[in-house]
Amino acid sequence: MSAPSATMPEANIPWSLPARGPVGMYCLIAAETAIFTIFVVAYIFYIGKSLSGPQPQDVLRVPIFFTICLLSSSLTMHFAVKLLRGGRMRSFGLWWLLTIALGTIFLVGTFREWRHLIYDEGLTIQTNLFGTTYYSLVGLHAFHVTVGLLALATVSIFTLLGHVRQEHAERAEVLSLYWHFVDVVWVVVFVVVYVIGR
Amino acid sequence: MSTESIPWPNSAVTPAPLVERLHEWVTTVDHKRLGILYILYALLFLVIGGAEATIMRIQLIRPHNHFVSPQVFNRMFTMHGTTMIFFSAMPILFGFANYLIPLMIGARDMAFPRLNAFSFWMTAFGGLLLYVSFLGGDGLYGAGNAPDVGWFAYAPLTSKTFSRGHSTDFWILSLLVSGFGSIGTAINIIATILCMRCRGMTLGKMPLLAWLNLTMAGLVILAVSPLTAAQLMLLVDRYLGGHFFDTQAGGSAVMWMHFFWVFGHPEVYVLVIPAFAFASEIIPVFSRKAIFGYPVMVAATVCIGFISMSVWAHHMFTVGMSSAANTFFVLSTMAIAVPTGIKIFNWLATMWGGQIHFKTPMLFCVAFLFQFLIAGLTGVMLSSAPFDWQLGNSYFVIAHFHYVIVGGILFTLFGAFYYWFPKMSGKMYNEALGKLHFWLFIIGFHLTFDFMHIPGILGMPRRIYTYEPGRGWDIWNLIVTIGVFVQAASMLVFIGNLLWSYFRGEIAGSDPWDAWTLEWSTTSPPPPYNFAAIPEVKSRRPLWDLEHPEDPDWLYE
Amino acid sequence: MTGVSPHRFMEAPSWNSRGRSFPFSSVVVLFLATARVIASIQNVEQPANALNVTVIGHQYWWEYRYPSLKVVTANELHIPVSDPAHRTPTFLTLLSADTDHSFWVPRLGGKTDLIPNHPNSMWMDPHETGLYLGQCAQYCGTQHAKMLLRVYVDSREDFDRWIQEQRQPAHIPETASEGQRIFEETACVNCHTIAGTRANGTDGPDLTHLMSRQTIAAGAADNTPGNLLAWVYDPAVIKPGCRMPSMGLSTEQAGAVAAYLETLR
Repeated sequence: MSAPSATMPEANIPWSLPARGPVGMYCLIAAETAIFTIFVVAYIFYIGKSLSGPQPQDVLRVPIFFTICLLSSSLTMHFAVKLLRGGRMRSFGLWWLLTIALGTIFLVGTFREWRHLIYDEGLTIQTNLFGTTYYSLVGLHAFHVTVGLLALATVSIFTLLGHVRQEHAERAEVLSLYWHFVDVVWVVVFVVVYVIGR
Repeated sequence: MSTESIPWPNSAVTPAPLVERLHEWVTTVDHKRLGILYILYALLFLVIGGAEATIMRIQLIRPHNHFVSPQVFNRMFTMHGTTMIFFSAMPILFGFANYLIPLMIGARDMAFPRLNAFSFWMTAFGGLLLYVSFLGGDGLYGAGNAPDVGWFAYAPLTSKTFSRGHSTDFWILSLLVSGFGSIGTAINIIATILCMRCRGMTLGKMPLLAWLNLTMAGLVILAVSPLTAAQLMLLVDRYLGGHFFDTQAGGSAVMWMHFFWVFGHPEVYVLVIPAFAFASEIIPVFSRKAIFGYPVMVAATVCIGFISMSVWAHHMFTVGMSSAANTFFVLSTMAIAVPTGIKIFNWLATMWGGQIHFKTPMLFCVAFLFQFLIAGLTGVMLSSAPFDWQLGNSYFVIAHFHYVIVGGILFTLFGAFYYWFPKMSGKMYNEALGKLHFWLFIIGFHLTFDFMHIPGILGMPRRIYTYEPGRGWDIWNLIVTIGVFVQAASMLVFIGNLLWSYFRGEIAGSDPWDAWTLEWSTTSPPPPYNFAAIPEVKSRRPLWDLEHPEDPDWLYE
Repeated sequence: MTGVSPHRFMEAPSWNSRGRSFPFSSVVVLFLATARVIASIQNVEQPANALNVTVIGHQYWWEYRYPSLKVVTANELHIPVSDPAHRTPTFLTLLSADTDHSFWVPRLGGKTDLIPNHPNSMWMDPHETGLYLGQCAQYCGTQHAKMLLRVYVDSREDFDRWIQEQRQPAHIPETASEGQRIFEETACVNCHTIAGTRANGTDGPDLTHLMSRQTIAAGAADNTPGNLLAWVYDPAVIKPGCRMPSMGLSTEQAGAVAAYLETLR
């Protein structure tokens, strides 16, 4: 049995729908945005409300260098995906690894900052409202960076094993959407914690 | 479109061994099987939640009753609410969405079948985790048992100080786990609807069920996430010494309320919008008319979705917000009545001038219209903050929301069960038993929930394990409890009908209702691949076009 | 199923446009009326002769302080009746010592929550004397159901007399009774205050004028000798899960304490 009888002129209109991968990833990004929004709202609401303990302006040092690293990793990621689309596998692999390296440097910076805050300034998640909201927000972001790095590293391993080909560019693009999202979140966190909150 | 089946390799004459068949079900990624798993899982928890409600109602049948201790009662209302919302209503609606959406849009499966399976099992394990809590006995400090903090778990009652032991942790973790499942399903629904419609099915031509589930999925993504965030914060407070909701450290108990209700209000629209979807599919078929005002129905639903994100603090009118804030939330809550009222008019307009067939699905949907209207009216009453200052947190509110959830959502769900049971099982249900279920349930529902408004008006607050005689509440509580037993009887009829019809019902055929959407073009039950050839559509009622090539819908749409 | 021509789905019933505008206009009217009532309740200036009472919610009892009148009591609230011509409303400041509660006496007004670290306020303007009943309306734990409210709206004379009596220290007989000795040597004094004695704990209700109250345990039981004895002996019999522990007294000891409490008029 064939499709319903149709001698309609529209029968030959091309039928194209969006691809599943990006749509799914945008939905995930929307959900994650909602989660981060709640943590940001809590952070902003509690600014200045700690009853005791270190205050942001006393102990926070603005992480300019590490921020530049993380935001540059979005750029390197963008180049990597472009190269993969163009089939330039070796260059793609290198720029992808560079992205991972920049992301890792960012994480190292976060943990160094935390070590300083905990051991030198006595600020922990238990200390006061600032400590609770700061470690939760920055920690949630760092967790997302970590998960992203694991995914990127997996792709790197597959690349080194030769399983990644030009037709996988769309999947890499979907992953890059996640990575760009993580960077945008950092911009928001940076402004809220290191600019507004101080 | 084809109604023939292509012979499928596994259709041997001797069925596979039981272990293999179970294994197939456990590892399935087929949206139809996952849909059925969701529905059966939710039915089980519906019965369990009903048992919890029955225990509460027996305890409240008269003042100073000693059927259960206060500790057990407090666990009952917590578990009843949590179970019904998260492990019965949401899964059952996800189940129907999973089953129907690919069929209705002419696809072979959901966009991400493995994510689909993952989401189901996350929800399933979440529910099991919640019930494992009962094994705690008297537990740590007498608090190792099931959670007893109420389904909205207000701070600081949930802090380690006031909830020692692990009962609250079961609440947090089970919902965290199932929340990931809900978000996964929502992502799947959106991607499926946007990316996998068959040729010709523009967004303006897809069934209303697809539009409404698309809206629901958007709400899940935006609403469940705040709950996840708040629960992570609560875990930080309970286990890492954090102070998010620690009032001694300057934290805010009201902030928990804001975060919870930012989830909690859209959540009830997550529940009711799919119920609207069922009504929107069933009422036209049994009125023999296309739905009236399809574009307005879509617009109204999307409006409801948006507005629902702005009304949450009407659950907080009594916490001491400023008059400006209270007034804003009164306005937004009343505003949502407008698109909802429009939808009711459109359903009525669909029936107007049609030829009504009062089969069981239609009976349930007509009752839904009437009951949902009343629930909406008590909702408008509660939306007025001064009125809510008296009646908030009382049995009036409990009556209102059960009127929506049971009288609105559960009624359309029963309608959906009866309507799609032939498609899912291949058998017709027994119409006489269906009508018996309907009438028993109507009587039980109204006995319980109509009269429940009265003790609220007379001052009876919620979540109390007993009450004083002489407040005038006794007789109403008695009637409310009697209604529960009538409802229980109707549930027995329902389950009996399902079982009997599954094994002994008449063969249904592919389209027993002479309906018009694509799921009725395949066999009952559909083959695993849904359609032999992916269909192409030109209107909202493709089967009507097929049967009436001389007068197709697309000439008029 | 047989049916009707489908294309009547294009026609709107004649009542439809009225149907669509009706919800909209009702909402506007309802909203404006509501906004007025909200303002008239919340945005009220406290008049000069209003009575101020601080209410502190506890798991599972109510603490009342009259700061200007120097009275501290528990569970049964007395306020003066208000003459519509010369209004003397009562303004409550609502605080919490532990978790969330809600003050709801339906015949005196809507409910307002008591939330820790979040002071609230409400007012009552009763025109008739009498006893008004209510109870806690925000789930606060195991014995939320028995956190009852009794508000006595007294005539001006009765209220002034009650205040005078509440301001007195406890009526202590010459020789301390056995019950008073047990009370002061057991941990009772850690939680309870009896003005004029060594007991000045603040975790539990002020007992200085316990016998001026008609109920005990926040309304859970009538204030009779039998109930008082049972309560002192083991509170869990009357209110299982409440915060007052059984002190492990023998029945004689409990009887002595109860007898002592019965002198606290």
